[in-house]
Amino acid sequence: MTDVAVSAPPSPRRAMIGRLLSDPTTVAGVVLCSIVLAGALLAPWLSPHDPLEQNILDRLAGPGSDYLLGTDQFGRDVLSRLLWGARVSLLVSFLSIASAVVIGGAIGMISGYIGGRFDLVTMQVMDVLLSFPSLILGMIMVALLGSSITNLVIAIALTAIAPFARIARAPVLVLKERAFIEAGRALGFSHLRILLVHVLPNIVTDLLVMGTLWMATAVRTEASLSFIGLGVKPPTPTWGGMMRDGFENILDSAWLCIWPGLAILVLVLGLNLVGDGLCDVTDPKATQ
Amino acid sequence: MTASELLEVCDLAKHFTVTKGFTRPVTTTVRAVDGVSFAVARGEAFGLVGESGCGKSTAARAVLRLIPPDAGLVRFAGIDVTDAHGSALQRLRRRMQIVFQDPYSSLNPRRTIGQALTEPLAVHGLARGRAARDRAIALLEEVGLPPSAYDRHPHEFSGGQRQRVGIARALSVEPELIVADEPVSALDVSVQAQVLLLLKDLQARRGLTFVFVSHDLGVVRWFCSRVAVMYLGRIVESGPVARVFGAPRHPYTRMLRDASPIPDPAIRGQMPRILGEIPSAANPPAGCHFHPRCPRASDLCRTVYPEWRADGDGGVACHQPEN
Repeated sequence: MTDVAVSAPPSPRRAMIGRLLSDPTTVAGVVLCSIVLAGALLAPWLSPHDPLEQNILDRLAGPGSDYLLGTDQFGRDVLSRLLWGARVSLLVSFLSIASAVVIGGAIGMISGYIGGRFDLVTMQVMDVLLSFPSLILGMIMVALLGSSITNLVIAIALTAIAPFARIARAPVLVLKERAFIEAGRALGFSHLRILLVHVLPNIVTDLLVMGTLWMATAVRTEASLSFIGLGVKPPTPTWGGMMRDGFENILDSAWLCIWPGLAILVLVLGLNLVGDGLCDVTDPKATQ
Repeated sequence: MTASELLEVCDLAKHFTVTKGFTRPVTTTVRAVDGVSFAVARGEAFGLVGESGCGKSTAARAVLRLIPPDAGLVRFAGIDVTDAHGSALQRLRRRMQIVFQDPYSSLNPRRTIGQALTEPLAVHGLARGRAARDRAIALLEEVGLPPSAYDRHPHEFSGGQRQRVGIARALSVEPELIVADEPVSALDVSVQAQVLLLLKDLQARRGLTFVFVSHDLGVVRWFCSRVAVMYLGRIVESGPVARVFGAPRHPYTRMLRDASPIPDPAIRGQMPRILGEIPSAANPPAGCHFHPRCPRASDLCRTVYPEWRADGDGGVACHQPEN
């Protein structure tokens, strides 16, 4: 017992980041996500044109020096719209997944902690939600609520609540059998304290890892909804909306579909790579 | 029951029901604890022994209201534990604590030792900030850990050290009663002795009362003054440790005692065979639960559960007790 204080091992968090950055594919994912994030944040300064400004004389201009990635059928600069569209994509996917993590995580955590009949009923409701394909559920919600950024966030969040409830519940079932939870009860801790201080920190990594992966899905759902016209209302630029607009001229101006498609690809790929990397380093079996 | 009794357990019962099947659900009731009564005097160490699955841990948890008992009464210092709610239960929680078997699951891996020790102090409004830290370090010292342990995480400690932290956490709220649920059975033998000595020392220094749950007769014999032997959810014999293990009256107690090894090479190889397995508590044998394994079983034993016969400071539940 005297040699406890010899040398402090590196903190688990720092070791995790170290392992994360030693994996080249994860680094590639971080780079891809950073590019999109930087483009979205710096859109007002990076955009060569106003994304809404119609220049009817230059409509459907190919990529060139004046319009780096060309213009659409209203003569709007594609690069500028792409940069501003990144804001919508990131905002919608982040907000929807963040709320799904919070709401779904809370449902799963409480349901697993309480257990019994309550758990059974809650999880069956979640199974019903899970049985809808997310695009269909999103369509129903947007059709019911009308299309706006808020409603889009609500619709996509709803499609992701059930998976997060499941992801949160499973480890809680294991955790609540562990003696430190019982110790908390014996010490008179409230259920809220046990959940927030003792259960949540033990499942938050799982939720964040899955959140990253699900953000990629949310980006796709948002683009799909925009593509079928249920996304953010025009003229606000969104990647899915740009693809739909470009689709009408796909034969003579294919780039109108290609650029937003590539942008979606970059973001989805980046998020997936980061998510996979996080998955690997947080897996306890992969430690050491 | 005298005034010196700190804990009084009366006809405690805890049944678990399991429903299996969909079209024709079959419900089985497991009588984990089936009418257990005992009393523990202030400052005494009371042992609860029995095979795995006999309900001793369940009884311990029901005493602490960690699981709600189905029937029976638990009185702690005259207060009804089974009926306590809200702040009354909160005050009781401070006075009785538990030490767990598995030191690897008894500490939250994400919280430092300091956090584990100061959290109960904050919850019960005993100390905060600097004062809480000082108290936590004093507790660490009391259980034989250096102050530097305060800022460390559980994974940096061995099983024995973690068990010391678990004991310190239980002591943090200054309880009068400690339920020790197999506190040393997950530890190496060399560490077992250290932890037992620590518990004994704490008992003497703080005047603690112990309910010591164990399957290890040697440990109970050394640590406890009185003992109750459980079989399939019921107490079959109780009394002072020396009497119960020295001259067992219930055949099951005798079997347990004879099965526990004696560190003397001269009597090597005389270990008797224990007949059969412990039956399922979901479907206990009729009559005396022990009769299928009992060498002295008679027809009466196969049909009628024996009454509890009190004798002095204990008793036995057997139709044909020895001695």
